[in-house]
Amino acid sequence: MKLSDLNTILPIVLLVVWACMLLLVDLFIPRRSKGWTALLAAVGLAAALGLTLAYAGRESTGFCDPNNPGNCMVVLDGFSSFQGSLFLASGLFAIAIAYGYLKRMGLERGEYYTLILFSISGMLLMAQAADLIVVFLALELLSIPLYVLAAFARPRTDSEEAGVKYFLLGAFATGFVVYGITLVFGATNATSLSGIAAAVAAGSFTKYLLLIGAALILVGFSFKVAAVPFHMWTPDVYQGAPSSVTGFMAVGAKAAGFAALLRIFITAFPSLNLDLVPVLWGLAALTMVVGNVIAISQTNIKRLLAYSSIAHAGYILMAFVAFGNPAVASDAAASALFYLVTYAVTSFGAWAVVIALEKTDGKGLEISDFAGLGRKRPLLAAAMTIFMLSLTGMPPTLGLVGKFYLFRTAVEGGFIGLAVIGVLTSLISAYYYLRVVVTMYMREGDPTTEHEPWLDLTWGLTALATVILSFLPMALFTWASGAVLKLF
Amino acid sequence: MTQIIPLSWYLAVSMLLFSMGALGVLIRRNPLIIFMSIELMLNAANLAFVAFARSFGVPTGQIFVFFVMTVSAAEVAVGLALIIIIFRNKHSIDVDLMNSLKG
Repeated sequence: MKLSDLNTILPIVLLVVWACMLLLVDLFIPRRSKGWTALLAAVGLAAALGLTLAYAGRESTGFCDPNNPGNCMVVLDGFSSFQGSLFLASGLFAIAIAYGYLKRMGLERGEYYTLILFSISGMLLMAQAADLIVVFLALELLSIPLYVLAAFARPRTDSEEAGVKYFLLGAFATGFVVYGITLVFGATNATSLSGIAAAVAAGSFTKYLLLIGAALILVGFSFKVAAVPFHMWTPDVYQGAPSSVTGFMAVGAKAAGFAALLRIFITAFPSLNLDLVPVLWGLAALTMVVGNVIAISQTNIKRLLAYSSIAHAGYILMAFVAFGNPAVASDAAASALFYLVTYAVTSFGAWAVVIALEKTDGKGLEISDFAGLGRKRPLLAAAMTIFMLSLTGMPPTLGLVGKFYLFRTAVEGGFIGLAVIGVLTSLISAYYYLRVVVTMYMREGDPTTEHEPWLDLTWGLTALATVILSFLPMALFTWASGAVLKLF
Repeated sequence: MTQIIPLSWYLAVSMLLFSMGALGVLIRRNPLIIFMSIELMLNAANLAFVAFARSFGVPTGQIFVFFVMTVSAAEVAVGLALIIIIFRNKHSIDVDLMNSLKG
């Protein structure tokens, strides 16, 4: 181990040390002023974000095998800094939406922010992982704090149930990932992603073990990103968990799952992509259709957004299908990254609006509770309209651009059928997203909403970003393309 | 005369354990038993890992097993705590009774 190894993962080291310190410091912060803990956590995240951005453009590897310097544990490259910035920014938003919400719900405990920091360090490690052992450790580091956070509103029964359900299904998924890693190791005698790719290129591997192993890893991560048929936990957990946790989970955990899938399947299994195309095709199509169709019948806004997040996992999986065609593989990965940013910005905004309407006793979460919002809080309603349009994929929002890139790579890759399914399911989704908009503007009602500066800042910023970025998407797309370039 | 047990035997046992674990998760209704089944799946992976590592003659597999054991211990701590708080509240831990979220 050299000092430069630590330098490669410096943002993670910083964040973990900061979180441990915060856990201690929090003991000396009186119960009434937990805002300090939130502020300190945000400072830690901002410092790690600054460091990540300062390291953008650097390339290095860390914790390499001294006998075989090509096999490393962690890697710092464009992909990891892109994903890392996304995770850290979503962490800042997660704290912004949580601060007032926790106070209002009587949940203000300092551990909340520490757990968020630990979970984000797991996500950062996931983006930098270059070895399946590190992938496994990062997966657990990001999941275990989330299990606790889901049950954070105890003794509220639904939050406790959400915690247990998320834990059992998450641990089940981990079992699949671990067994998949085992079989991949058995097939190639390597756990580092480059080592696996080298063994496959040299032909010194057992094909059927490798295929089963890759499939099991895919199943495990499909649970994490909530792809159909591994989505059963999503609506219950999203509904039961405190809304601020759900917002973070819907963005962070999903993005981290896709980060791992992208990294593993691009670097380690490029030769398997052709074998996996039919499986991924089915997974993507099923996820888009089931997510969007079941969302139609939802009356609870949290469940609606849960099914919406399932459906969006399907759209992102479309990019994975396009990998099967090497000509568009790089574009496909870039459009997946672009769509993750799109989804993160829009989804955080929508959850911030939901939190602004939620009341202490868990009321205010039905879609009918949005009635009259257009008259009472015109700006809030306008922001929600932007988010709903963006989730549908209508102009002038970032969602349209994101879907355009995804569908274009699918068509260019020769998967026209899949692109058609994507367009049709987007049309279906317009029905339930626009129903929220119609309720806000056309129905009479008197909703009570919260004015919290950080919450208002979150939905305001994300709404502006959703609209403005849609007019200059090239900058973001160029960054995403640059990020995946080195992977191929 | 000594005879080495072939790799495929270990793999057969490991796959049997893994299937039993996965099946247990799907059909049992008690979270503790479900959790035991998950541990069975992880230990199936551990067994296969050690068997592979021994047949390849590399230590990677054994080291991975230590990681899996440590992490699953951390998972147990969180999981049992979650099961206990729900038991305090409902005096039952049957997953079929965890239905306040079905909709």
